[in-house]
Amino acid sequence: MMSWLLVMPIAIPFATAVVAYLMRMSPSGRWVSVFGSVLSLIASIALLVAVLEHGVIAAQMSNWEAPFGITLVADFLGVVMVVITAITGLATAIYALGEIPERLEKLGYHALFQTLIAGVTGAFLTGDVFNLYVWFEVMLISSFGLLVLGGSREQLDAGIKYVALNLVSTIVFLAGIGMLYGVAGTLNMADLREAVANAENQGLVTVIAMLFMVGFGVKAAVFPLFFWLPASYHTPSFAVSAVFAGLLTKVGVYALMRMFTLVFVGDIGFTHEILIWVSVLTMLTGVLGAAAQTDFRKILSFHIISQIGYMTLGLALFTPLALMGGVFYLVHHIIVKANLFLVSGVANKLAGHTDLNRIGGLYKSSPFLAALFVIPAFSLAGFPPLSGFWAKYLIVKASIELEAWLIAFVALLVGLLTIFSMTKIWGEAFWKPHPKGDDAAAPLAAAPVAMLAPIIALAACTIVIGLFAQPFWVVAERAAAELLDPAGYAAAVLGRLP
Amino acid sequence: MEALTALIVGLLVAASVYLMLARNFMRFLFGLILLSNAANLVIFASGRMTPGAPALVPYGEDAPLGAVGNALPQALVLTAIVIGFGLLAFTLALAFEAYRRLRTMDSDKMRYAEPKEERE
Repeated sequence: MMSWLLVMPIAIPFATAVVAYLMRMSPSGRWVSVFGSVLSLIASIALLVAVLEHGVIAAQMSNWEAPFGITLVADFLGVVMVVITAITGLATAIYALGEIPERLEKLGYHALFQTLIAGVTGAFLTGDVFNLYVWFEVMLISSFGLLVLGGSREQLDAGIKYVALNLVSTIVFLAGIGMLYGVAGTLNMADLREAVANAENQGLVTVIAMLFMVGFGVKAAVFPLFFWLPASYHTPSFAVSAVFAGLLTKVGVYALMRMFTLVFVGDIGFTHEILIWVSVLTMLTGVLGAAAQTDFRKILSFHIISQIGYMTLGLALFTPLALMGGVFYLVHHIIVKANLFLVSGVANKLAGHTDLNRIGGLYKSSPFLAALFVIPAFSLAGFPPLSGFWAKYLIVKASIELEAWLIAFVALLVGLLTIFSMTKIWGEAFWKPHPKGDDAAAPLAAAPVAMLAPIIALAACTIVIGLFAQPFWVVAERAAAELLDPAGYAAAVLGRLP
Repeated sequence: MEALTALIVGLLVAASVYLMLARNFMRFLFGLILLSNAANLVIFASGRMTPGAPALVPYGEDAPLGAVGNALPQALVLTAIVIGFGLLAFTLALAFEAYRRLRTMDSDKMRYAEPKEERE
């Protein structure tokens, strides 16, 4: 029973992908994708309920006992990420009904999209490092397809950069896995904790930890390794860039959180100290990069980078409060960021472009869209009472408790600079008149309901998390407690107390 | 044997870094192939190099008799090779299509996704 609960959130998107591919020529194929996403959401909520009831759930595939077989495991962090993935997946699947043209559907858009969701979910649920690599590849190859689907020049140019840098990071990650196996003799994450702690050559373990940090750091787009992200995220369709922005980099952050709380905790003074400064520089470069851009989606892309810094900072500070903030930030950010990209798609549809110099007048033509933009934008900057306020509050409080004044200052400063970018988008796209005259921006009625409904739903999520933060707060707190004390995780996976 | 493998891995990585520093995307791609092979060798060597028996279980037995080579890294390498091959095939197709549409392999001239004023 438990193993079914764990398998379903991965199996459903795969099955949906197969059906969607077979039906790609028919107009009803798109509804397959929506239906599959609804099923995934139900399955992941069922898993969440089970984890809330029983604690960590683990299952061994084909009954090969851990550490020999492949383990699927859902702890608090994993299951929360799975639910958020399903929510984002459903929102973008509905959005795609209104946005994705038939030409792309016939090329297999929905099948690639569902495979991407399956890969992301698999990465959140696996308990085996090599299996994590495989899920990364599933995710990567479908994201390659989605990025260049349509084949415009911009997309091909972006695709080359995205593919090249992500492949290098994958190889670094793979080499790290090889060396980790050489040192520890196991690849099961729960088993690795003990094996790595008992390894003879701790210096080599630190080297391996750095390989993992670089490999995951590229995926997460942290400071010196983020260049592929702003080069590519503004080129594919808006539904694709929303799901990329929401989920892909967060898989990197999740993998960092998992490995650097569960396995690589032997030399925190070195590894996590590096991560602190990487995070601080990530926050700063991201937000400063955004200030120089004039494209709606490019500004948002740079803001992904700056926000990633907050999440890795939560991990790097390594206190219960900071980790809790990191987890809360992950959840909040996925919803908000995906939503902002969805809004940019509607703005593009109504005003005709995403270059802020060429659009305007959206506040006049559709004030409701302006309101829908303000909610995630203010949440991103950390205004109370929206979800971003609590996320930033936790991180800043954790750094103040450690008396890390500089870090707290940077975190607050970056919030301020975020407002600067958001007001730029607001001023250029919404407030100033459209350069082609007053009637150039179409009214809101020109956007399909399928594009607006997910934006409204995600904005509602942001408000709910902000106003009723308590249950989310408790879940984040328990997820952080589990990360810092993985005894329950190890017991569930290995079937014994370590 | 380990020392020789380590040397080969070092050589492969050095050659691949040299190739990947080139502006030509094809050279970058060849560097990537070498790098992925270096990673595969690292995994292979991590299982310890032992000359002799393959990990085969004789008929009617539950486990191999005597000491055999570690089969797990070989399985991992096999998986990594298959995945790497798939990714490489995609990347080659992408490079071809990019060359057809952008008429260049020089990564400095690939500026189509950048803002206009930054283009050459």
